[in-house]
Amino acid sequence: MTAVRQATRPKSPPSSVLERYEPVIGIEVHCQLRTASKMFCSCSTAYDGAPPNTHTCPVCLGLPGALPTINRRAVEHVLTTGLAIEATFPETTRWERKNYFYPDLPKGYQISQYAIPLAAAGRLTFETSEGAISVGITRAHLEEDTAKLIHSTTADGRRVSLIDFNRSGAPLMEIVTEPEVHSAEAARRYAEELQLMLRAIGVSDADMERGQMRVEANVSLRPRGAKEFGTRVEIKNMNSFRSVERAVGHEIERQAAALDAGEPLVQETRGWDDGRGATYRMRVKETSDDYRYFPEPDLPPLHVEAPGLEELRARLPELPSARRARYTSDLVLSAYDAGVIVSDPAMLTAFEAILAVGPQLPPKEVANLVTGDYGRAAKEIDLRTPAGLVGLSEPGELADLLRRILDGKLSRANAKEVLAEHIAKGSSVASIVDARGFRQISDVSALAATVDEVLAANPAAVADYRAGKPQAIRFLVGQVMKATRGQANAAVVQATLRERLDAADPGHA
Amino acid sequence: MTNLTRLLAHEMADLLRRGEVTSRTLTEAHLAPAERQNHALHAWLTIDRERALDEADAADARLAAARAEGVDAAKRLHPLLGIPVALKDLVSIAGGQATAGSRILDGYRSPYDAHITERLRDVGAVVLGKTNMDEFAMGSSTEHSAYGPTSNPWALDRVPGGSSGGSSAAVAAFHVPLGIGTDTGGSIRQPAALCGVVGMKPTYGRVSRYGIVAFASSLDQIGPFARDARDAAALLHVVAGRDDRDSTSAPVPVPDELLALPASNDEAAAWLRGRRLGLPKEYFVAGMEPGVEERVREGVAALEGAGARVEEVSLPHTEYGLATYYIVAPAEASANLARYDGIRYGPRLGDGTVLENYLATRGRGFGAEVKRRIMLGTYALSAGYYDAYYLKAQKVRTLIKQDFDSLWAQGFDALVAPTSPTVAFPFGARMADPVSMYLSDACTLPVNMAGLPGISIPCGLAEGLPVGLQFIGAAWSELELLRLSRAYEAITADAEWRTLEPTDLPRADDPSTPTPTERARAASAGVSQALTSPQAGVLRS
Repeated sequence: MTAVRQATRPKSPPSSVLERYEPVIGIEVHCQLRTASKMFCSCSTAYDGAPPNTHTCPVCLGLPGALPTINRRAVEHVLTTGLAIEATFPETTRWERKNYFYPDLPKGYQISQYAIPLAAAGRLTFETSEGAISVGITRAHLEEDTAKLIHSTTADGRRVSLIDFNRSGAPLMEIVTEPEVHSAEAARRYAEELQLMLRAIGVSDADMERGQMRVEANVSLRPRGAKEFGTRVEIKNMNSFRSVERAVGHEIERQAAALDAGEPLVQETRGWDDGRGATYRMRVKETSDDYRYFPEPDLPPLHVEAPGLEELRARLPELPSARRARYTSDLVLSAYDAGVIVSDPAMLTAFEAILAVGPQLPPKEVANLVTGDYGRAAKEIDLRTPAGLVGLSEPGELADLLRRILDGKLSRANAKEVLAEHIAKGSSVASIVDARGFRQISDVSALAATVDEVLAANPAAVADYRAGKPQAIRFLVGQVMKATRGQANAAVVQATLRERLDAADPGHA
Repeated sequence: MTNLTRLLAHEMADLLRRGEVTSRTLTEAHLAPAERQNHALHAWLTIDRERALDEADAADARLAAARAEGVDAAKRLHPLLGIPVALKDLVSIAGGQATAGSRILDGYRSPYDAHITERLRDVGAVVLGKTNMDEFAMGSSTEHSAYGPTSNPWALDRVPGGSSGGSSAAVAAFHVPLGIGTDTGGSIRQPAALCGVVGMKPTYGRVSRYGIVAFASSLDQIGPFARDARDAAALLHVVAGRDDRDSTSAPVPVPDELLALPASNDEAAAWLRGRRLGLPKEYFVAGMEPGVEERVREGVAALEGAGARVEEVSLPHTEYGLATYYIVAPAEASANLARYDGIRYGPRLGDGTVLENYLATRGRGFGAEVKRRIMLGTYALSAGYYDAYYLKAQKVRTLIKQDFDSLWAQGFDALVAPTSPTVAFPFGARMADPVSMYLSDACTLPVNMAGLPGISIPCGLAEGLPVGLQFIGAAWSELELLRLSRAYEAITADAEWRTLEPTDLPRADDPSTPTPTERARAASAGVSQALTSPQAGVLRS
């Protein structure tokens, strides 16, 4: 996954631009919370793929007389997020009405939080190619989603806008950073780490393609060393992490070019066109919007009580950052391996499950299996679910496989075949090994005859080795492995070959 | 047989339980005058005869089943089973209209029942129909209804008060013994006073607002109209109580004693002995009609005569009540009414861009008073004005509340005050000057600002028109206020005015009597010039 992403990593703005200008980026993320019902009514949130307007009620349709009630789980999710970003919490928070007219907003106002967010002053730390970065998070608050507008043309050619209220009133958490992000890569990495964390703590599925996580970036440039912020441009419509990095990178270049040319920048909202690889103007903000926020009289203030908060803290799982730290320090994994495993739910599940059933296995071996052969095999059969192992392969079987390798009973070459068959067919490692007759040969005496045959049959390679080309031994090892159908212990074969080649030089005898 | 419509609800309940009358008979007896007199009174926006009779039949079936089971089962039935009730046309009934007196909700059919509709169904009350009101409950005369005004049964050329004028007129005219209203600044108590009936605004949070078309969410309360305190208490008992769908409804128990107010006058009057009542001097406002003040002071004297201690008290922030109310209520209304955009329900006007359609739908769908208040509220919430208006108003609201709290802390059981400074006024009298209309509620809206319960009960006539006496209590003291009201009824039981029926009721039976709309049009011809006058009031700008 990471390898693929790196291969096509978007180009960063030319270094000359970054020498002269400092990008100042703030990121706003809206994510749909994982709750059974909507934010202010009991309609189900399982409307994905449902016919339009089938998950609605008087409340989320904004019918006369309907009143909101608070979804406690959604509140807990924001508090849990706050705990994960080490935020502070108010004793009492409240709801506000954000007033504006739009057909996707049935009440003519959105119930949101303005003056007192549920969580404030947190931070998120993540790795970039230039080292770890910690970004301040201004606030995380709760609000309701809008309906979905579908623009289409009728049979008689009229352009119409249809409204699907299934999404109306779904719980949304808005997370806003300080303007502390300074590169396109960091913007992408922030969003990736946030997604990872939100999924780890179980508050959101945060799938960007499905609109469960929407990222907006506020980008401005200022000359290096300057204190004042430049003109801010808001970028929307970034539907993947890759497009976050590309859009921000493009916007930095666009603004730098304008500044270099002496063209004034305007405060505006720009959309990202992924196909063209450019941002385009959506609307210019001449005046700041007046949303006429005021406290929502239909909902009482919400008290954040310490015992409830402590309960949530106790239920907080290990966060990705803490897990990475533990993997590198306690399990002595490389930072790269730790990063790869922690950011891939299927690999993470496999890694933890194998270690759980085989606690004596060296973590490095488990990591190699999971990120290497297992990861590749899993990817080939599109095993992309977080519960990657379930049904297709059992952690006990994978532990058994590793144990056989480490005990010298199964060669790594054979193990690869066993794994592929196990994942593809689900049969047990033991039965595959038995059926295929795989049994690692580590006994020197059992291998001696084959070694001698290979030496005799390949005089050229023998000569190369003796002429000072030690890598020629690899070919000879390969030949022995081939002759034993992969069952020979490659390490023993190599040692035996070397012994023969170094000890007796028939040519000089 | 006596005229069934002249009975009180608890008397009807006795007949029903004894099997001496059926709910169908009772319902028919009320439907007839309601339908016959609606031409002259226009208390009803819709009368649903078929539905009412179905509900009556269902009530009769429940009554019969209970009677077959035995005396105890019949006793366990709620006293409102089979009793006709009027609902203000902002209460949602599944499948029925809820216009809130506005064109913008023309044709809307609610797909769901309001909480109180469910409660009324549960006990088996019979809903006769929906009553007229000022558009979105904004008004004190019912003249702001988009469907034309309602006449006061005591004087057909006068208003019934508002905004719940349809319900108060229907109860006064014996079309129903009970009605539901809402009170945001006096909209139950003031029309009750002007029509000579009992009207109670409960503590904020006592009755769920779920399914009630909202005007100002932090002030709106639902409450009963009746012709005596016992009936009002019984209706409150049905609709009150916590509802999980309204987060502002309070989990405060509803006392069953509401169903057991004393029948005996002596017992009822005895409750007064030793009670300490405050008489807030600020409620005797400038512009109060002398006849009204006389009746109120006589009422106070009667209470004293029966053993209550009445002391003059001060609520010093009363004078700011009106100004703060006209910040807070319009601000909330400006948001509450934003949903009426013609997109999901109601008439959609215009065939242009989204903005053009909004402007056409809302520009023509709302009446002048509603638009005035939306503008007031939008302005008060705007950036740069929020602190000076909305925030300041909320602070003053706290001071108004503290005024009352300090009196409860001093041990007062309740306050006694006028409900309205005037008796029912003629059509058109206050339409030209919004501020004069707003002043109708000077004695009632501080109670909403403080979230307290208040009740208006009849205390006699001035110039032949009803005068209301208001009792105000501490939060959740509805039972005490109703006991106090019941006591007042007991000590004035023999008063001659109690024997009088609304003066113009006989004329309401005459098909040649002009409709309220015709009367109002005639009246407005005289004031149309004032409407365009620049002195029409500061709040209009």
